Amino acid sequence: MKTIDWKTAIRNGLVGGVIALYFSMIGMVEAFSGRNLIGDFFNMGHLLLFGGVLAAGILTARAHKEASVGINAFSSLVAGLAAGIPTTLLILLANNVELQSVFVSVNRTLLALLTFERGMSGLGLFFLATSLIALAGGLYDSLPGVYKRTLGLSLSVVVVVAVFSNIVTQIMTTLFGRPSVRLILDGDALKPLSAAVLFVVLTGIFILREQRRVKAEKLVASGAAAIESKRASLQRQVILFVGIGILLLIAPYVLGSFLSQVLFEVGRFVLLGLGLNIVVGYAGLLDLGYVAFFAFGAYTMGILTTTGPLNQGGGLFNFWLALPIVVLVSVFFGIMLGFPVLRMRGDYLAIVTLGFGEIIRILALSDWLRPIMGGAQGVLAIPSPVFFGIKLDSPEKMYYLVLAGALLVAFVSIRLRDSRLGRQWMAMREDEDVAEAMGINLVQTKLLAFAIGAGFSGLGGAIFAARLGNIFPHSFNLLISINALSLIIVGGLGSIPGVIVGAIALVGLPELLREFQEYRLLMYGILLIVMMLNRPEGFLPAEVFKRELHAEEAELPGAEA
Amino acid sequence: MASILSTRNIIKTFGGLVAINDFSLEIPEGSISSVIGPNGAGKTTFFNCVTGFYKVDAGMILFNGAPIQNQRTDIVTRLGISRTYQNIRLFANMSAIENILVGQHPRLKTFWGEAIWKSKRFQEEEAVALEEARRLIKFVGLQGLGDQVARNLPYGAQRRLEIARALASQPKLLLLDEPTAGMNPNETGEMTHFIKHLRDELGITILLIEHDMRVVMGISDQVTVLDYGSKIAEGKPKDIQNNPRVIEAYLGRGAASGLKSGKAK
Repeated sequence: MKTIDWKTAIRNGLVGGVIALYFSMIGMVEAFSGRNLIGDFFNMGHLLLFGGVLAAGILTARAHKEASVGINAFSSLVAGLAAGIPTTLLILLANNVELQSVFVSVNRTLLALLTFERGMSGLGLFFLATSLIALAGGLYDSLPGVYKRTLGLSLSVVVVVAVFSNIVTQIMTTLFGRPSVRLILDGDALKPLSAAVLFVVLTGIFILREQRRVKAEKLVASGAAAIESKRASLQRQVILFVGIGILLLIAPYVLGSFLSQVLFEVGRFVLLGLGLNIVVGYAGLLDLGYVAFFAFGAYTMGILTTTGPLNQGGGLFNFWLALPIVVLVSVFFGIMLGFPVLRMRGDYLAIVTLGFGEIIRILALSDWLRPIMGGAQGVLAIPSPVFFGIKLDSPEKMYYLVLAGALLVAFVSIRLRDSRLGRQWMAMREDEDVAEAMGINLVQTKLLAFAIGAGFSGLGGAIFAARLGNIFPHSFNLLISINALSLIIVGGLGSIPGVIVGAIALVGLPELLREFQEYRLLMYGILLIVMMLNRPEGFLPAEVFKRELHAEEAELPGAEA
Repeated sequence: MASILSTRNIIKTFGGLVAINDFSLEIPEGSISSVIGPNGAGKTTFFNCVTGFYKVDAGMILFNGAPIQNQRTDIVTRLGISRTYQNIRLFANMSAIENILVGQHPRLKTFWGEAIWKSKRFQEEEAVALEEARRLIKFVGLQGLGDQVARNLPYGAQRRLEIARALASQPKLLLLDEPTAGMNPNETGEMTHFIKHLRDELGITILLIEHDMRVVMGISDQVTVLDYGSKIAEGKPKDIQNNPRVIEAYLGRGAASGLKSGKAK
């Protein structure tokens, strides 16, 4: 295209501007502006405000294929100017009309923030900012491929490091002592100099890697290194596995108490997610009451081992003795739920299981079961597990327990997936009637899915109870089920690595970004919508799912043979 | 010849609609038999009754002399009846090999939990099953396509894969529901040969629903005609071709008399 496409430029710009406006009006910009990322001039509010604008600039330049740098730059500049419009209108409006009674978040602080604390003259500054950022995006898109990839990557890494600076702080404190942190960080923010150094170093590394990759590709193309590279890739895999193993083992020492707690939370949801993955991902039974089994696990563990007023076992049970009983109880209730819903499919199943989950929570709250389950007071004083004389009473130590649980459950999941039972589940997911016509006993297959899923969840519940020491009915609300379901959908239905990625993204990240807490569900919603539109098979899909949903891209080798 | 399948006066109704009315049939062992009839005659309903997917309202279905009416579908399959579907129903997101492995399900005996510790028995059984699946892939002429996801296979290959999946349980009786539907004359010819080959090679009794008269007349030992749920004719293919009631059912009364007068001329 030789000329500028005004429509695209303005549309992209307006979309970017509306995103900025949206984040401003729901109060996220203001809430996040207190968190500096680099120095005191770039904070997380800016990231929200200008992220969309930058994307608009890049996309606009990209829309002008094979155009000159000038056209790219000009079109993205147009997009940037358009992006300033929505927010400017908001500022003008807010200055003349009382908006705060309707839009609570549109207050003095936000307006000051948007105009860079310069009153009306700041309006021009805002326009300047959006135009420059979009222009930068446009110029960035005009760069040659290698630089585009490397610069983009290292810039993203710098921002990610700045966003998760608390992890950096923790690691550096453990490894080099507290003073080292002050060298590169100023409070929570990266010092401008250290950000610049990090950026340059990363870019250098990435460019070197790019060059090596190109060289390796040439070698492969010449065919000389085919066998060698196969061996090397195997070697790399082994190194990767060992590396991840070591990292997982030393993680709590390096990361400290708070981050270990975050890891524990992630692990807890990996356990839940892997269990639900069997029910929903493999067997295709949409279960919205999954939290019930988590509650069974936690309550059974609590009631058996508590030293508080609800003590039933007379101190007979410790964590390890109770654990198999907990799993058996969960499996039993998994089967009990399975029976009434055997004949149900799809939506009906989802609604019934949803009801089941709520019934369990309300039963736990009820006065009727109060002598056993403690009603609203819950079960108190659940002792920490003791492992060969070591009391697992801190997040660092409990992390190992949840890690062991997750590894065990992942192992069992993989083994079952690759067996006759796994094929039974998947056949049932694909077509229940035909599965039955293949000689598959649907009753047994469904009950096994419910039972094994419930067992995994119960194990998670038991560990959860032992970690917290006290459990209350409100810990087992619908949100847990929704969280678990969202994370397996985002990760990729039926994919075990997907569950782990999903748990990190949906449980770990919000814990790390405490500013996010209030907006957590909103972010879930946005993420799920974006995922369903652009990548419905999830981040790390199971092989077959990927082929299903991108069927139009799949090749048909030998189709006509 | 002994009957492998015999139905005695079965009746199946849906509300007020009588889908199958007092239908009796004997399928000799080792034969290729066809059930034909106009659309809506109750042919597929009959298949669904035999496989236990529908419960019959009255009558008996005997397989090798033992009653199987109103048994669960999976048990009927285990007894040795397996089927394909009119509108292909493969496990669309599983690979061809996996589809056949699922088909072998009734023959796999190890306890499901053995997969967790990978007992020797489990590993051996899986290896045998995989070998058998590969053999079946070759047998139906799909070598090289085994790792393709079923939905990506071309139409003819899907039909063949469905038959391979049905064969995987090593049935004694194979029910084929319109195996040549949607095929061109070339493919139809191949499929006809293939069905014959199945019977001759594996000794399986075959019962098929088919609309293509050339296929029906070419390979059937016995043809049964259904109309409005009732049997209106039964016999050797050439007897059926000239049966006035059959012609009437297919083409209407006027056409039937027209044909007759045409023949007379």
